[in-house]
Amino acid sequence: MRKQLTARLRDVEPSAFLAVLLIGILAFLVVNPLVRLLITSLTNSADGGFTLSNFAAAYGRARYITALGNTLVLGLFVTLSCIVVAVPMAWAVSRTDMPGKWLIRILTLGAFITPPYLGALAWIFLAGPNAGWLNTAYKLLTGAETGWVNIFSFPGLVFIIAIYSYPYLFVFTSAALDTVSSEMEDAASIHGAGIWRTTFRITLPLVLPAILGGAIITFLEAIALFGSPAMIAIPARYNVVTTQLLEFFSYPVRVEVAAAYALPLLAVTIALYAIQQRIIGRRGHITMTGKGGDRRQIELGGWRWLAFAASLFVCVLAAVLPALVLAQAAFAKAWGKGFSCANLTLSNFHYILFESQATWSATLNSFWFAAASASLALGLALSIAYIVNRRLVPLGGILSFLCLAPFVVPGIVLAIGFYAAYAPPPLALYGTAAIMILAFTTRFLPIAYANASASIRGINPEMEEAVRILGGGRLTAIRRVVAPMLKGSLFGAWLLVFIPATRELSTAVFLYGPNTRVMSVMLLNLTDEGVLEPAAAFGLLLLVIIIAVVGLGYLLMGRDFMERRSE
Amino acid sequence: MMASRLVLRGLGRRFGNTVAVADVNIELAAGEFLSLLGPSGCGKTTTLRMIAGFLKPTEGTIEMNGEVLSSPVASRPPERRNMSMIFQSYAIWPHMTVEQNVAFGLSLRKVSRATISEKVARMLDIVKLHHLANRYPAELSGGQQQRVALARALVVEPDVLLLDEPLSNLDASLREEMRLEIRRLHEEFKITTVYVTHDQSEALVASDRIAVMNQGRVEQIDAPIAIYNRPKTRFVASFIGRTNLLDGTRAGSVLRFDGFEAPVSLFPFASELKERVTLSVRPQYINLSKEGSVRHGARPVWEVPGIVTHNAFLGEWRDLLVQPPNGSRPLRVSTPPNVVFGDGEKVVMHIDPEQIVHLP
Repeated sequence: MRKQLTARLRDVEPSAFLAVLLIGILAFLVVNPLVRLLITSLTNSADGGFTLSNFAAAYGRARYITALGNTLVLGLFVTLSCIVVAVPMAWAVSRTDMPGKWLIRILTLGAFITPPYLGALAWIFLAGPNAGWLNTAYKLLTGAETGWVNIFSFPGLVFIIAIYSYPYLFVFTSAALDTVSSEMEDAASIHGAGIWRTTFRITLPLVLPAILGGAIITFLEAIALFGSPAMIAIPARYNVVTTQLLEFFSYPVRVEVAAAYALPLLAVTIALYAIQQRIIGRRGHITMTGKGGDRRQIELGGWRWLAFAASLFVCVLAAVLPALVLAQAAFAKAWGKGFSCANLTLSNFHYILFESQATWSATLNSFWFAAASASLALGLALSIAYIVNRRLVPLGGILSFLCLAPFVVPGIVLAIGFYAAYAPPPLALYGTAAIMILAFTTRFLPIAYANASASIRGINPEMEEAVRILGGGRLTAIRRVVAPMLKGSLFGAWLLVFIPATRELSTAVFLYGPNTRVMSVMLLNLTDEGVLEPAAAFGLLLLVIIIAVVGLGYLLMGRDFMERRSE
Repeated sequence: MMASRLVLRGLGRRFGNTVAVADVNIELAAGEFLSLLGPSGCGKTTTLRMIAGFLKPTEGTIEMNGEVLSSPVASRPPERRNMSMIFQSYAIWPHMTVEQNVAFGLSLRKVSRATISEKVARMLDIVKLHHLANRYPAELSGGQQQRVALARALVVEPDVLLLDEPLSNLDASLREEMRLEIRRLHEEFKITTVYVTHDQSEALVASDRIAVMNQGRVEQIDAPIAIYNRPKTRFVASFIGRTNLLDGTRAGSVLRFDGFEAPVSLFPFASELKERVTLSVRPQYINLSKEGSVRHGARPVWEVPGIVTHNAFLGEWRDLLVQPPNGSRPLRVSTPPNVVFGDGEKVVMHIDPEQIVHLP
């Protein structure tokens, strides 16, 4: 009897125990923060009883309601602007003989990897109401008394968000356009349709699902953004949901009210994401049937230079000008004094690197938090992707769903959930490195999971079965075959979490403590304090590091490195 | 090396409410080569995976040399069965050289380094890959990868060798070569072997016996010639080779078919015939002659008149459809390529009763 039992135990897969552990970890990282968010919103902070008063407090003042409306209007305008800009650009790059496509693609990637709050800082230099470069130039040229652009305004806010969001839509649209074969267009031409008619009646309808899908993602990114509104909307006295949440989190912290106020943002995000999945799922495959047909380029004639100039103009606004003015300010004694040798200095860098303990530790924190959360997220994602893909446990679908769920949770909402769950005793993690790392891990778990799952799917299960039938256990198969075969793609996946984690702001801003500030938070603080030149130097440092890491990724993983993150 | 006896007893497997395999009973003698043959979804791969230990049966047992390996309560994991398997994808590990692939199983068995290299070298000789020992799989052709898989499986001297459609990814000429190779290796090592395939020519060439499976059940187990010449069920008759299935009824001393008939006394199995009758007649056992021409030969032959409705030249033979005058369905007939009958021509089909199979 006893012998039989031990024999049975030997036959149980070790992964069954692992699965229980993983479910526990996911409950801690994903389920509990969201559940606590909901519970907290319904809890009376004084006596711990049930109440709806938090919702009354959250929506009891016109100012708070207005912020909700402002966010929706902001998201709508940003999305419309992005459609107007990104769709023609994507079409020109994918389907026409426009010159300089590589330049447009690279600069769009540049806009993509620039943290939006860094772009916002740069545009304060460019379009600040009086001293901004564009206003100075305008006054110089026209002799006018006042400037013509003001970034601290609603249009300014739409603009600053749109130029860093259009890459999403650009990537979605051009990826879809790349799969429409010329044969489909030829089929229309042969029936007598001209280029324009073919484009509007055939090509664009074919990629419409991709455009709509990209537009919804753009909208969601825009309404969940924290950095740009914090830097632009607050001085402009224009209140949106994310800045209002910051207000609820300012002393005295009213986390119950914040939780109640965050729920609509979460609901809107989940609903729109569900719609996006339906659109992409139902019609997205149609354009994929164009495989095999070659894609000829549409000849634009003289118009191609105009198309190039227009595309380049967008890229210059999003990537080139901001980088230029950031560099100028970073090396300037006072940025307003312009480009001259007398204004040049290295003191800003000296300050952030050697004089200020805070900036130095923020830099270290950013890297160590990003590296730790990338490793944790990837380790977790790999373990789960493996047991789900190999069907080692029942209910694998739930594990998979939990790993992807944080994708629909705005970073700022996730932070409130983490605060509600783990700031109070018994864990009392507020202000520790642990809560930052765990929150980052949860936030980027979907990216890690999508990549890990794709990598695991790429390994035929027969590779492992061959090990087992020859006498190796499952762990031997993982160690000797799965791990060596994954090694290459894993580093790419690690970087894809590491990169956004180094620049993450919205999750960090409610969870950091005096010793756990990260670069993004530090940059926001420096800007608030008005020490703009060191802020620029700090931002430039961050940008250079991001570019270096992205470059490393391309070097190691090849051309489709960044595209993988849109999976 | 002692070859092993493998016994499947009442073996069954359900997935939810779907029955994938039901009541499979097979006894493999030591050193026997058995093929599981059937269309896709017939349960042959599920059966093989249960033998390997990747799946637990929901009914029945698998025994090797009298010891129970699998039962619904417990299933010994694959790594403790001392079997080998050739996979459909070959599953050659891409990050190891040919030599490392072949040596892997031995290294898990804690064999000394000297013995490993000696055995690997000998096995690579046998499969004619000695010169490629240090190559990586990506640098090999499909046939060479297949040989690596064979070497890797055989070098550990398994009790049982399992093959899961091993040739389906090879092109036609290579497939022919490899199925002879697999048989040659079996002659050399005499390992008890279970071979899963949907390709009847593979099964016919390589096997001692074939188990034809359909819808999760074994329809017939027999030697290849018996499977072909004496099918026991409709399914086996139509799945192995091409055939005409003739459904008829007995009316006294006459069998009536769709548009033609025959005296009961013509058939050697006359005494077994019941009221409803199904006969299987292979197309190549039907000879054609022009209507009214004189027949040679002494034995009694069944003659059925008909009209040629379709005539296709296939190189090595001709495929004809011949419609009996009052029937609704034509019969398939194969003729040598030099025998020509035109569309619409009136012919007589001559069928040797000895070559007709009565399906009970």
